[in-house]
Formats: sequence, C-alpha cells, structure tokens
Amino acid sequence: MRFELTDDQRDFAASLDRLLAGADTAKVARAWADGEHAPGLKLWARLAEQGVPMLATEATPVEVCVAFEALGRFAVPGPWVESAAYLPVALGREVEGIATVAVAPHVPLALDADVADEVYVGSTLATAAGARYVSVDRTRRLFEVTGEGDPDRAAFDLAVLATSAQLLGLGERLLADSVTYVKQRKQFGRQIGSYQAIKHALADVRIALDFARPLVFAAALDQVSVSAAKVACSDAAYLASRTGLQVHGAIGYTAEFDLSIWVTKVRALVGAWGTPAWHRARLRQDLGIA
Amino acid sequence: MDLDLSESELAFQAEARAWLAANVPAEPLPSMDTAEGWALHQEWEAKLAEARWSVVSWPRAYHGREASLVEWVIFEEEYYRAGAPGRVSQNGIFLLAPIIFDHGTQEQRDRFLPTMATGERIWAQCWSEPEAGSDLASLTSTARRDDARGGWVLNGQKTWSSRATFAHWGFGLFRSDPSAERHRGLTYFLFPLDADGVTVRPIAQLDGEAGFAEVFFEDMFVPDSDVLGAPGDGWRVAMSTAGNERGLSLRSPGRFCAAADRLVELYGATRGELGGDDVVDAWIKAQAYRFYTWGTVTRLANGGDMGAAGSVNKVFWSELDIALHETALDLLGPEAELESRWLDGYTFALSGPIYAGTNEVQRNIVAERILGLPREVRG
Repeated sequence: MRFELTDDQRDFAASLDRLLAGADTAKVARAWADGEHAPGLKLWARLAEQGVPMLATEATPVEVCVAFEALGRFAVPGPWVESAAYLPVALGREVEGIATVAVAPHVPLALDADVADEVYVGSTLATAAGARYVSVDRTRRLFEVTGEGDPDRAAFDLAVLATSAQLLGLGERLLADSVTYVKQRKQFGRQIGSYQAIKHALADVRIALDFARPLVFAAALDQVSVSAAKVACSDAAYLASRTGLQVHGAIGYTAEFDLSIWVTKVRALVGAWGTPAWHRARLRQDLGIA
Repeated sequence: MDLDLSESELAFQAEARAWLAANVPAEPLPSMDTAEGWALHQEWEAKLAEARWSVVSWPRAYHGREASLVEWVIFEEEYYRAGAPGRVSQNGIFLLAPIIFDHGTQEQRDRFLPTMATGERIWAQCWSEPEAGSDLASLTSTARRDDARGGWVLNGQKTWSSRATFAHWGFGLFRSDPSAERHRGLTYFLFPLDADGVTVRPIAQLDGEAGFAEVFFEDMFVPDSDVLGAPGDGWRVAMSTAGNERGLSLRSPGRFCAAADRLVELYGATRGELGGDDVVDAWIKAQAYRFYTWGTVTRLANGGDMGAAGSVNKVFWSELDIALHETALDLLGPEAELESRWLDGYTFALSGPIYAGTNEVQRNIVAERILGLPREVRG
C-alpha cells in the first residue's frame, strides 16, 4: 500500500513541466488554432524525445496519466490522446509520427486529420478525410473521416483515462491562474481574494480537484472504472473553468486573455471520449443497476 | 504506486471480518441517545474491547493491537461493512485519546485510557459556548487558581456538548488567565460530569433525541492532576494535529462506502426510474473518498501530517454524507418521511457540515492556508 507517485514518476512530471513551462504553449495553441502547425509540431517532437508517445506501450497507465496531466496543464494542442493513448493500444505498437482516429459514436470526428501522418477509423486506416468542423476549443480542428473499423475497448478506456488526466491538469492550471489573479485584482480597496464569496468558490474547486485526482490514479491501477475518473474530472475541471471565468470577470471573457484557451478546452473535453451521461450509464451497468 | 495489502494486512482483515460477522448484533441497536440504547452501546464497547477491537491502533497495555494506520483503515472498512453499531466512545477514543497520548502524563494515561478503551467511562466534548462557536478562541468560561487546594475552580457554560447527557466525564478549554489575549491563557481540563458544581441539561436535537447538552459550571473544583498539558497552553494542546489525524479529520471511508453500497442496493430494489445519476455520483464520491484516504495514509505513514488538508477532507465527507442520504430519501419517495435507518442517517448527516468546525470555517482554512489567499478582515 503506497498510493503516491514514485520518485521516478515525480521526476518525469517535473521534467515535462519544465519543458512545457519554457515553451510558451499558449502561443503554440493560438498558432495551431489558426492552422499554423510549425510551432506545435516542434513541441510535438520535443515531447516525443521525452518518450510521451511510447508510454502506452512501454510504461504503465500511471505514467500515461502523469504525462497527460502535464499536457492539460499547459493546454498543449494536437491529437495526443489519439497518438499516445488510443492508437498504441488499438494497433499494439507505438505510433511513429502523428496519427489520429475517429471512434464512432463517442468520437465521431478525427482531431487534426490535416496534420496527421495516418488517419484511422476504429483501428483501421481511414479511406478518406472530409469536411472540417469548428470546435468551441479553436485548437481542436475536427474532421469527418470515412472508413470501416471497430472500436477497441481497451484502447478506448486508456483514451478515457488520458482525457481525465488532461482535464485534471486543465483544472489545476485554471485554479492556479485564478488564485494569482484574485490576489492582484483590487476592488473596494481590497484584494478580491480576501472576500469570502471568492475564497469559498475557489476552495470548492481545490476540494473537487483533490478528490478527482485519486480516482484517476486508482483507475490507472485498475482499481476503479475509468468512467468514474472521467465523470469526476469533468465535473471538477468544469467547476474550475466556471469559477475561474467568474472570478476573472470580463477580462477572462476575452479571446485575447489566455484563460479562454483553458476554459474552452475543458468544455470540449467534458464531452470527448464519452459524455458524462454515457459514463454514468456505463457505471450503472457495472453496478448492476442499469 | 500501488493499492495492494500485504499478507499480514490481509490476515488482519480476515480476522476482523470473521469476528465482526460472528459478533455484530443482527438488529441495529436503539439510538445511543436514549437510556436503553446508551447501555447497549456501552455493552457493545466492552465486547469489542474484550476481543481487542475497540482501539486497534493503541498499545497493547491499553487494550490495543498496535495496529498500523493502514490496518486501522482496514478495520474501519470492515466495521461499517458489517453494519456494526455507532461508536458511543467516539469523542474519547478519536478526539481526546490522541491528546492524552501526546500531552498527558504517564499517570494520566494509566488512569484514563483503560476505561476509555473498554467503554466503562464515556467522554463528552465541551468546546462551544453560547457566544463562542466558530470563534472558539473567544470563549469566556473561567478557571480560577486555587493554591490552597492545589487545583482550579471552573465557572461558566458550555453547550452543544455531544454525548454529555449520559457521558461520565468531559473535556474542554477554560480561560485560566483573564489578562491574556484570546488563544493564550486557555487551559485544557478533564472533569467528571456528576461532580459538585456541574449541571448537565440535555438538549433535544431536531430528531427529538438528547444527543447533546449544555453544561453549567458553578465553582467546580478540578485538581491539578486533571489538567491536560501545561496551564495556559490549552489552545496549542487542543489543536495539535495528532488530535485530528485519527479523529474527525481523517474520518474513515468505511462508513461512506458501506452507505454507498446500500444505496446501490436500494436503487436496485426500488427500480426507480429517476435518481440513477445521483446514485452513481454518490457512489463515485464514496470511492473518491476511499482512495483519497489511502493517499493520506501513505503521506502520514511517511511522516507527513494532515495539516490544512484536514479541512479539504471535512468539507468533502460531510457533504458526501448528506448527498448519500438525500439520494436514498429521494428513492424512497413518499415513504422517505417515515422512521427508517436511512432517515436516522439523514438527520445525523445534517449535523456534519456544522460540527467539528463549520464548513464555512473549513473553506476559509482551505483558501488561506492551502491556496494562500489573503486573510479576511476580522473584527
């Protein structure tokens, strides 16, 4: 019984954080949203050097979660869940380069099919890529794809877990940025972070994230369904985004202010890889009360 | 990173499970806040103690098993899974005992711990006063020095004292130095509730039972031997983290997981068309609480302390407890208002966000000590 990250896992998390903190990922995300992929592809290569794409086949789900929490914290764009979680398991091998996938009905469109070296449907190569759709998260460029392929349950579950960890990272970043802001912003002559209405709202975010995290790692250890982790992380990250937006006020509602990148990504990921309603239904089934 | 139990922990679990299966009363005991229920709960404590299950983490000399923190959590899980009675000795064994272990004299440990472990002497907490609730440090009950008799004379009033209606002894803070400011000048006292100068007046709770009481002190004499820690050091003694770790801050997940399992069963039995998502959400939160606790246990076993995370924990379990029981009542439909185990659990859960530090105070602690937000302006 030792329910905490090992020193190696902590070091890995710290090295990813260092790399990403120095990479101006908000700028990378904005460029990616505009279809300028060069900075994002450069970042992809650096993360690949750190071994992120091979974690699903060469490490444990715990390391996958560590990596995806970092990707979430820094809002890194690109089909990471597809290339580093779903496809390695579905194909039984590490993905070389960038790949993406549609897994109907939960993932009807393929993320970033225009930059991917390989595009799959289920676990079979797609026959064609079609129209692009615009997501609430402008960095998520989604494409219609055609092809015949069956979903892979184990691969899907790892993608759900990776998405949960990503949501956890997004939520942590939203909370951290909100705390920084409410300590700077003054109204009525005082820091707004000294008012109980603000403090209690942010305390509730802290509490929600603290109790979502153990479900992610317990799911990584196969001690609870990934659906429980997805529901809890979606709720916690969504609370972090709503509260974060509220305490920032109007500045947070602008596209120019970086908070919007995190807020919109949370909303997109809440519904990705199985909606909360679908995951709750799956848990009901597991519990024998469907 | 793992959640595996060792062989000896599994053996401990099996032993606890077997004993509980053979000994837990088939029918729930009457409420511990009635005279009849009180006696039966005390008998149950004696039975637990005889088999060394009443205070598993304590030293053997005081009826314990020197169980590890992991084993304590295992025992608690088994205890609630078996549907065993609520612990009438809870205030003593979880709140007071850790402080006696840390701050008491050897003589006090030998005098107080054995009868606490067997349930022969039940303890009540006496913290709040009519004008000192969340702002406990503003308390005004006094302790006046009596050198001639070698002790202190207590005066004042405590209230919302859980279990005080039937309990034998109480513990609480009194102002021993009227010239000192707030947190300073408080002393931690232990006192019999049937002594001269003490009057206990039961208070009916909203379910009609006398689960707590107010306690009046009129020139009650307490000898020096019943002062816990140094005079004037009472606040620090009362707030020491050891007192919280195994008490209400690290509240065992067993109770909530067992309730979540019963909720799933209830949903299956009622085949409700509504409420399925609420059932699932309550179940998810109970699991979250369980895994969170294993994380805390790992940290404590490594020598860390609970710190302000105890406040994160308290808000979560008290709201989870309400959510679990509200959902059950929703499933029961129009029959929810009728007496039942779920209804008892619900009325009990309603007190959770209030006692042991209101959830508003806990959220302030989370915001100030964990998030680092500025302290609010205080009067």
